[in-house]
Amino acid sequence: MEIFTQQLINGLVLGSIYALVALGYTMVYGILGLINFAHGDITMVGALVALTVVQALAAAGVPAPLVLVLAGGCAILVCSLLGLSIERVAYRPLRRAPRLAPLITAIGISILLQYTAALIWGKQYIALPKLLEPAAIDIAGAQLTTLQLAIFVLACGIMALLLWFIKASRMGRAMRATEQNPDVAGLMGVNVDTVIAFTFVVGSAIGAVAGLMVVLYYGIGHYFMGFMLGLKAFTAAVLGGIGNVGGAVLGGLLLGVIESMASGYIGDLTGGVLGSNYRDIFAFLVLVLVLVVKPSGLLGQSGGDRA
Amino acid sequence: MSAPYLLEVCGLEVAYGGIRAVQGVDLAVASGEIVALIGANGAGKTTTLKALSGLLPPKSGSLRYEGADVTGKPAYHLVRKGLSLVPEGRGVFPRLTVAENLAMGAYIRNDRHEIRRDFDRVYALFARLAERREQLAGTLSGGEQQMLAIGRAMMSRPKLLLLDEPSMGLAPLMVQKIFETVRAIAAEGVTLLLVEQNAKLALETCSRGYVMESGRVVLADSAAALLASPQVRRAYLGE
Repeated sequence: MEIFTQQLINGLVLGSIYALVALGYTMVYGILGLINFAHGDITMVGALVALTVVQALAAAGVPAPLVLVLAGGCAILVCSLLGLSIERVAYRPLRRAPRLAPLITAIGISILLQYTAALIWGKQYIALPKLLEPAAIDIAGAQLTTLQLAIFVLACGIMALLLWFIKASRMGRAMRATEQNPDVAGLMGVNVDTVIAFTFVVGSAIGAVAGLMVVLYYGIGHYFMGFMLGLKAFTAAVLGGIGNVGGAVLGGLLLGVIESMASGYIGDLTGGVLGSNYRDIFAFLVLVLVLVVKPSGLLGQSGGDRA
Repeated sequence: MSAPYLLEVCGLEVAYGGIRAVQGVDLAVASGEIVALIGANGAGKTTTLKALSGLLPPKSGSLRYEGADVTGKPAYHLVRKGLSLVPEGRGVFPRLTVAENLAMGAYIRNDRHEIRRDFDRVYALFARLAERREQLAGTLSGGEQQMLAIGRAMMSRPKLLLLDEPSMGLAPLMVQKIFETVRAIAAEGVTLLLVEQNAKLALETCSRGYVMESGRVVLADSAAALLASPQVRRAYLGE
């Protein structure tokens, strides 16, 4: 039972990070029909920028909360500009091109970001300096650290804010209208280019926060870390129904829990043949299963009624 | 001196992926007029409206609106100047509610109080929409969607309303209702340019008309004269 509770806690925390990254995939897919494979790497850039800021400031003796706010702020700024530039330079010229062209471009941008990061930060793992001393809270024999709690609460806060924004604000309504019919949105006075650029900025900024969370949670960063994180978040988006914002949240949390449960029980289930380091199998097993059984995902519309 | 036209189109040519769908159209609409643009399927009527509203860039020719050159200006710019299109096939946002669709119509406006009054006006004009305001637009019938599309365009307070085939695919009773509304809108002082396949209905509603054939305007006259013209009667009124 302790294992179950512990893995549920770990899974929800991890899942809330997946969900934040999945939002970036799903928002861009909803509006452009493009799977932005560079999104995981934007998160990586956010993580490494945050790490650099923490390293510089922690050494100078700046108090921890201020360090975190500045690290997050810098990561958000850099990632927003990065997302904005990528959309402008790489995707906008291909808006009316066949769908394969922007997809291949996205993969190209992903590789470009990875190796530019390798040039800047090197290929070794970068460790987070000691910054926080998270306390542990005991819940039914399992432990929830204050760091985990902070990550989960912040992630949920961001997601709730975003869902509210898309549902209730003028810009959010314009985003949904553009997603459903960009030409008619233009007839209403919506500048579709602005809405798309805005979507990239919001997705990238949320990705930056997720990057900071990963760095704090695992204590390390690496130029290639966006690859697996991106694939998992993409899986989460597909699981929830890609294009559906609520689906990304649900898919992210579910995937985190599935993965944590699997890594907690995989040893017992396989008689010790496979260890918890095989947990990545489960994320992709989920991806394959969803694509076979319900390609539109848990909350997605089936292809037909997307007008 | 000619009358000051609200919209003036000179030598408009529009190409669609290599096909010259519109090959030199001249037309003009004066403030307060109701003008019909009729013609057979594929004559280039819809393409002309798309170019006028900024959805398609013209290949050549010029568009003047309120005396200013607006050639090549995008749709989101023109709607701010009071030029609004109700597109062919209605183009409601299927996964937005009726109220949200109407709010999109008022996207360019900030006058909250006046917007609320316009909501009430549209709901008074179309009681069916008032009953269904929280329903997703995709679940409405074709006629209700047409009402919504027209109501949504009215929310931008247009000076010039372009209507593309408002009767398409609707039952006769609904067509009547839509055309009553069109006349009511015109009576409020909104200038109308109406594209229709139903030539008789269009010409009975309008004061002047243009007839298009293979991308060109072949006839331009008062509605009464067009209705009486043997050429129009044979080609478009099925006589």
